[in-house]
Amino acid sequence: MPQVTLTVNGKTSTVDVEGRTLLVELLREKLRLTGTHVGCDTSQCGACVVHVDGESVKACTILALQANGSQVTTIEGLAKPDGTLHPMQEAFREYHALQCGFCTPGMVMSAIDLVQKHPDGMSEKEIREGLEGNLCRCTGYHNIVKAIAAAQEVMHGRAQSLAPAAE
Amino acid sequence: MYDFEYHKPGSLADAVKLLSADPDARPISGGQTLLPALKHRLNKPTSVVDLSGIAELRGIKREGNKLVIGALAKHVEVATSPEVKAAIPALAQMAGTIGDTQVRNRGTIGGSVANNDPAADYPSAVLGLNATIVTDKRRIAADDFFQGMFTTALEPGELLVAIEFPIPEKAGYAKMRNPASRYVMAGAFVAKTGGAVRVAINGAGPGVFRQTEMEKALTANWSPDAVAGVKQDADGLNSDIHGSAEYRAHLVTVMAKRAVANAG
Repeated sequence: MPQVTLTVNGKTSTVDVEGRTLLVELLREKLRLTGTHVGCDTSQCGACVVHVDGESVKACTILALQANGSQVTTIEGLAKPDGTLHPMQEAFREYHALQCGFCTPGMVMSAIDLVQKHPDGMSEKEIREGLEGNLCRCTGYHNIVKAIAAAQEVMHGRAQSLAPAAE
Repeated sequence: MYDFEYHKPGSLADAVKLLSADPDARPISGGQTLLPALKHRLNKPTSVVDLSGIAELRGIKREGNKLVIGALAKHVEVATSPEVKAAIPALAQMAGTIGDTQVRNRGTIGGSVANNDPAADYPSAVLGLNATIVTDKRRIAADDFFQGMFTTALEPGELLVAIEFPIPEKAGYAKMRNPASRYVMAGAFVAKTGGAVRVAINGAGPGVFRQTEMEKALTANWSPDAVAGVKQDADGLNSDIHGSAEYRAHLVTVMAKRAVANAG
């Protein structure tokens, strides 16, 4: 049986897989990292987004073997060991950017990649366009966009702390 | 998905050997089309040959009056490449609108062109810019390469290595996306290269095609108004729940006008 060696959230693992095993199956079923969700399994909804070597990808549309040797970050790898949330996670909480929460892991992972790729900051329109690959089944997009707009200020060092959400 | 063997050759020669030895082997690069197709069991390969480790398929470079893009160039790389933006900004702009961010981080130009999905973007740029497809065996003109829905001149086991784009004086692209799936309903790529005008239409028909009446109109007068009066025949265009052939025919003219406006 083929083997995959990859580093997930800083921890290196070697796992037996089939040729057809998807990265998301490896993460959820072999490594028990179930924060990465499978919504549609057809590359559309983005609930499965993780970072592979720093790029956001849909983990349902990459073979585990294609990720051999790579550095993977999932939603579980964002908070610090002491529990301090990543600024994007903090912003999603502050701005109530989730309703049922199913799309949230993928939204957060996509949003972080988006902010990192736009060091000069994004307008609301650019954030909305950048989230094209992530669907929220609750249609809760407004607060997601507000959270990302606030988080980018902290991530780029333009704000010391998160602007509080309006009452 | 049915199971398959996975190979990751380190050279073009080894990849060709693996693909030639087994008619049921399939090449994979970004996998953004192949993996969804395999999940639907539309295909049952015995093995999948991962091309991502092959250095000969990489690179984006300007060679004289041509832009040469390696098959493994991801959409995000084409969209952000300074060479592409300087030489053919319409191509960079197109690449930045394919699928979504995550698809652009994985999908490749070689995969898109070799797959020839009628709703894909790149085929119209390849045809509109009169590009040359370079394979491990030969060079193929764009006019001979695309042969209708999911069909190309590539032979079994033949691999697309690079695409050579002549650098145009002007080029522009416009598309109407399906509001839900975001796939192209109709798109137009217009280009003037060495004085010659080409108009390629994607999304509307079973495969990408040239709109020669619009080419004549734009040769006489390069302006959006010149194509406004050219009607696309609905005969043979796609008709489905997303739009009738007549609607797509109407969109072809509108997109061609916008593409000329985008080209400037």
